[in-house]
Amino acid sequence: MHTEQNLMACPRCDALYRMPPLPEKTQAVCQRCSTVLATSRTDAAARVLALALTAMLLMLAALFFPFIGIRIGQTTNDTSVFGAIMAFADNRLFPVAVFMAALIILAPLLRALALIYALLPMVARRRPYVHAQSALRLAAALKPWSMTEVFIVGVAVSMVKIGGIASISFGPAFWAFTFLVVVTVVKDSLICEWSLWTALEQSR
Amino acid sequence: MVAMDSTGTIPLTAREAGLIGCTRCGLAQDVNDRCVRCGSRLQSRMAMSQQRVWAWLAAGIITYIPANIYPMLITRALLHEQENTIVGGVVELAQHGSYGIAAIILVASVGIPLGKFAAIAALAIGVSRGGRLDPHGRLRLFEVVEFIGRWSMVDVFVVAILAALVQLNTLASIHPGPAAVTFALSVIFTMLAAQSFDPRQIWDQKKREPN
Repeated sequence: MHTEQNLMACPRCDALYRMPPLPEKTQAVCQRCSTVLATSRTDAAARVLALALTAMLLMLAALFFPFIGIRIGQTTNDTSVFGAIMAFADNRLFPVAVFMAALIILAPLLRALALIYALLPMVARRRPYVHAQSALRLAAALKPWSMTEVFIVGVAVSMVKIGGIASISFGPAFWAFTFLVVVTVVKDSLICEWSLWTALEQSR
Repeated sequence: MVAMDSTGTIPLTAREAGLIGCTRCGLAQDVNDRCVRCGSRLQSRMAMSQQRVWAWLAAGIITYIPANIYPMLITRALLHEQENTIVGGVVELAQHGSYGIAAIILVASVGIPLGKFAAIAALAIGVSRGGRLDPHGRLRLFEVVEFIGRWSMVDVFVVAILAALVQLNTLASIHPGPAAVTFALSVIFTMLAAQSFDPRQIWDQKKREPN
């Protein structure tokens, strides 16, 4: 096999580069299309792993605890994240409940699990588990489909919509979910595919 | 920033060098089945990209039509029942004075979907016939479409949260309408259309233009 280890093609414009080992805290940017090709950060893999573990635990906490409650006069009602998804289930609109569960719960959870599976041995300086490659690929493929941030904006909009007619209370799951969104955004900003894949290859 | 070691002012592409770049991990290589580093399927340019873009785009536009005709939200209060379409809901919000929220929903549910349809069509036409925008502009357009796609889901989530929360027996209850389903489908199909577009094609074209 005559593939060189450091030849990189820009995923956006196919420009070919010989990628040097990046100094700390630098970014390599494509000359032609300005796409960020790689970012180097100290212990990126360990940090992504820690954040993925946090995200997984927060998601489990956010799932079944009360999320938001409303009160109009003496009547109250509250819902969990799971309850919001099941709002579609009783209505002949069941497929939407499945979609929603996939976008809000399943995709983020699976993505966190896949990252943990792929990165844990690497951070512990051991050989990767079997199918670690598939796990890391799955994590990348799920990224556009995991919609926790979009959901929390949806929550904000609906609170404003009913804020005028009902009093609203936030349960523990709301705070867990909000924190989950922050953790996810930080985690995604640390992921550099080129560095992660190179590191995974070297740990084999 | 690190100066990249390339062959000239206009960089050589992997395709011109007889290599295939992996879009997942970036490794350029001379095999053509699966990436030796990450195991992704390798394609110098995504196969049938144009056809897939047009097919998903058509599906997205078709499902967007019923999303605007049927009710998104069904509100049952003591004695009356009210059905709101997307635009109807926006109008009602504005009448109640919530201009900010009305604007968010209008942009997320009408402006962004229509803009995305137009942008994806323009990108696809640009690849086959050349467009007015230069490649940098077209890549920027693609990145905006790719980034913004998922945010159209906001309205579906709002409907779900309202329907789950507002279940106050006889006082008031909110139920999702059929438009919520077709709208969600439209968002998903449009995201798939954007994912089927191979931005590397934008740059191939530049080479073909006589200059």
